Amino acid sequence: MLYIKCPYCGLRSQNEFSYGGDATVKRPELNKEVSDQDWDNFVYLRKSPRGKHLELWQHISGCRQWIKVERDTLTHEIHQTFKANEI
Amino acid sequence: MQKYSVFSLIKNALSNHENWEIAWKDPTPKSEYDVVIIGGGGHGLATAYYLAKEHNITNVAVIEKGWIGGGNVGRNTTIIRSNYMHDENGLFSEFGMDLWRNMSQDLNFNIMFSPRGIINLAHSDAQMNAYSRRGNSMRLNGIDAVLLNREEVKKLIPMADFSENVRFPIFGGLMQPSAGTARHDAVAWGYARQADSMGVDIIQHCEVTGFDVVNGKIKGLQTSRGNIKAKKIGLCVAGSTNILAEKLNMTLPIETHLLQACVSEPIKPILDQVVTFGAGHFYCSQSDKGEMVMGGDLDGYNSYAQRGNLPTLQHVLTEGIAMFPFLSKLKMLRTWGGIMDMSMDGSPIIDKTHIEGLYLNCGWCYGGFKATPASGWTFAHTIAQDRPHDLNAGYNLNRFSTGHLIDEKGLGTKTWIS
Repeated sequence: MLYIKCPYCGLRSQNEFSYGGDATVKRPELNKEVSDQDWDNFVYLRKSPRGKHLELWQHISGCRQWIKVERDTLTHEIHQTFKANEI
Repeated sequence: MQKYSVFSLIKNALSNHENWEIAWKDPTPKSEYDVVIIGGGGHGLATAYYLAKEHNITNVAVIEKGWIGGGNVGRNTTIIRSNYMHDENGLFSEFGMDLWRNMSQDLNFNIMFSPRGIINLAHSDAQMNAYSRRGNSMRLNGIDAVLLNREEVKKLIPMADFSENVRFPIFGGLMQPSAGTARHDAVAWGYARQADSMGVDIIQHCEVTGFDVVNGKIKGLQTSRGNIKAKKIGLCVAGSTNILAEKLNMTLPIETHLLQACVSEPIKPILDQVVTFGAGHFYCSQSDKGEMVMGGDLDGYNSYAQRGNLPTLQHVLTEGIAMFPFLSKLKMLRTWGGIMDMSMDGSPIIDKTHIEGLYLNCGWCYGGFKATPASGWTFAHTIAQDRPHDLNAGYNLNRFSTGHLIDEKGLGTKTWIS
């Protein structure tokens, strides 16, 4: 069981959260010309590192806020959690 | 190489099985090979075998960080099928079915192929319609498919929950009678033994630490057991694809995720087919030893851990019990996890790359085991001829930027969502 510290609610079990993927991916800016390569990078291409990974989670069965979690993909250790707009 | 037969078995029984030849050698790496395959799993060993057998390329090494067959080929639920709707997947998998049927003879190794049939259960009229469409698509591609109504399903699996007042009543199912299971370890060992006998070096406990790329051309690789020159290199490393891609400065449409499976204590024969639950993600078959072999959803977050967490296992088995209530009485014998190379459309990649002489085989998601022979065969062709075969032309790497996705399940780009 993963225990994730929601910045709003405190430590809760993973059952209350849903996963939102890599938090470092940036959407191409609105109202600007976007190349195919930029869309490709945004929609499909992922580093998927072994080790530290900054990722989005939603506290779906709690406060419903989106948060960012820095987690190790090899050990599942959770280093830090942030509000989504914090970093 | 010693031929395995009933006679060799009797002969060796007389000497207490102490004089069997070793099945494959343990060579030290040479300084140069024509082709190096990274990854000594089912796909890598099959690729080496078909390079030697079909293309007469035998100056080949298979490099494996751990021991052969210790990754996903030893961790799957052994299901073999070709019940796909899309042409690319259907034709590729059905080509593989022919290889499966002859594999024991071809490899002189009993892989215990058991074409017992697979039943995908349907739990609504809409799902029956979808299965009817998929079944028709399969039959157009020459794949056997039978649409079963509720009564026909009940005759085959009377132990399933057929009561009227359940959340997901069984409406019927789609069956592929020629699908089945095989002994997964034997597949790796059989390919390894034959490849070795044709001159392939199987090099275990050898980790790749870097690549030599000069002017966009692959020249060789660095390993924990020294540098090796290679004219061509094929990557067959499933969940470790991104780790090697990083060393090549490549970013791929792949995420590595955790998938668990489990077996119950052994019980007397009760289930003849492979059965999947249609209202969630759960599948079940019974092994020759009597264990119920079960699996389902990904754990749902990026992971390289090769071991899972309890919430997903509970969720998956809840679905199992909804389908087969008797499962609740069984004790769990073992659970384990493997790491899946989840591609962004749910279909694999077997292709060349922008680096000359570097070839990519990855993105197998949930379905790597059944694809082993077809993957090895087409990847060997792609490497030997320096172009994809018609069977894997659709599994190209640039389909993500061109939009020619093969999205069998209609999941979109987040294949890890369950």
